[in-house]
Amino acid sequence: ERNQADVSEAKSGRTDLIFLIRFRHCCLLRNQRCLLAYLYDRLLRIRALRWEYGSVLPNTIQFHMSAEEVEWFNRYKKSLATYMRSVGGEEGLDLTQDIKPPKSLYIEVRCLKDHGEFEIDDGTTILLKKNSQHFLPRWKCEQLIRQGVLEHVLS
Amino acid sequence: MSDSYFPVVPGLGMEENFLSLDDILMSQEKLPGRAESALPRLAVLLGQGGGSAESVPEGSKLEIPLWLAKGLHDSKRRIISVELPKIYKEAWRTVFSADANVVDLHKMGPYYYGFGSQLLNFENPENPEIAQTDCVCFLQTFIARFRRIMDSSQNAYNEDTSALVARLDELERALFQVGQKGLNDFQCWEKGQASQITASSLVQNYGKRKLAEVDG
Repeated sequence: ERNQADVSEAKSGRTDLIFLIRFRHCCLLRNQRCLLAYLYDRLLRIRALRWEYGSVLPNTIQFHMSAEEVEWFNRYKKSLATYMRSVGGEEGLDLTQDIKPPKSLYIEVRCLKDHGEFEIDDGTTILLKKNSQHFLPRWKCEQLIRQGVLEHVLS
Repeated sequence: MSDSYFPVVPGLGMEENFLSLDDILMSQEKLPGRAESALPRLAVLLGQGGGSAESVPEGSKLEIPLWLAKGLHDSKRRIISVELPKIYKEAWRTVFSADANVVDLHKMGPYYYGFGSQLLNFENPENPEIAQTDCVCFLQTFIARFRRIMDSSQNAYNEDTSALVARLDELERALFQVGQKGLNDFQCWEKGQASQITASSLVQNYGKRKLAEVDG
């Protein structure tokens, strides 16, 4: 508001106030730039979350996100899912799988924390208790490994 | 997190990237300048005066951040004139041409290269020659230091690199980290860990933070 008052004063003839308006304008622009950069950086990190963590975010992270950011995340998820469905034939291609080139179909994993029961494709359920080791298909475990529940063990 | 998070990189040359956090930090660095005309009411804002109606007299020296200098500087130079900080002046240029590796660029303003490029934006009367000699000097300093950065980044595996990195400015540190990352990735591949799926570093950090919250 102080700027507005000065603007009206300047228009009425006091030309030496122009720089003051300019100065405040610079400050406002600077504040705007810092805010925008901060918000944009948050969006970039949320986008990275989708690739690193999967499509369901834990509550602790969601707690720190604003409502608009949650909505942005959901929309990004949807666009990504639409895109993945359109690529690669009938079923679509899950781009978030196989980030590193796979060497084998089944991998050895060790459980780092209790995660309860886990069902694999042929119907059997596996109980994931801490420190138990299993031999499981790669595509089922990849997400759990990235979330830190399982650990990939190299033999 | 490190794999999928791509922050906005700082701008190259004379333009900054609007959304780049590095550029914002860099443009916060202060420049010496002089007020060309009397600046009413500015004294309070710049922390120099008492009453709100005081003006900064003409010709007084000011230290202003780069973003403010860029905004207040126009081609008629009615408001502010800027001078080069001493690190970019003649005396230091001789130091650089003698041996560029010795200088502690981090202490001299952690954004030596970026800031210097931005200074070309101000049209000083001596600018054409300064710009020329500046560019040459920058390049030479950079080339001289680059070799050492490359050497040390490629050969320091799993060591404490703080001694090496302490004297580099931000641009050089970024280069150093890129080199280190390349080296680490290569070593990973040699050990056969390239195909091992790992938990994302973001998750690991969250895990640690959660423990800290529960404890504290």
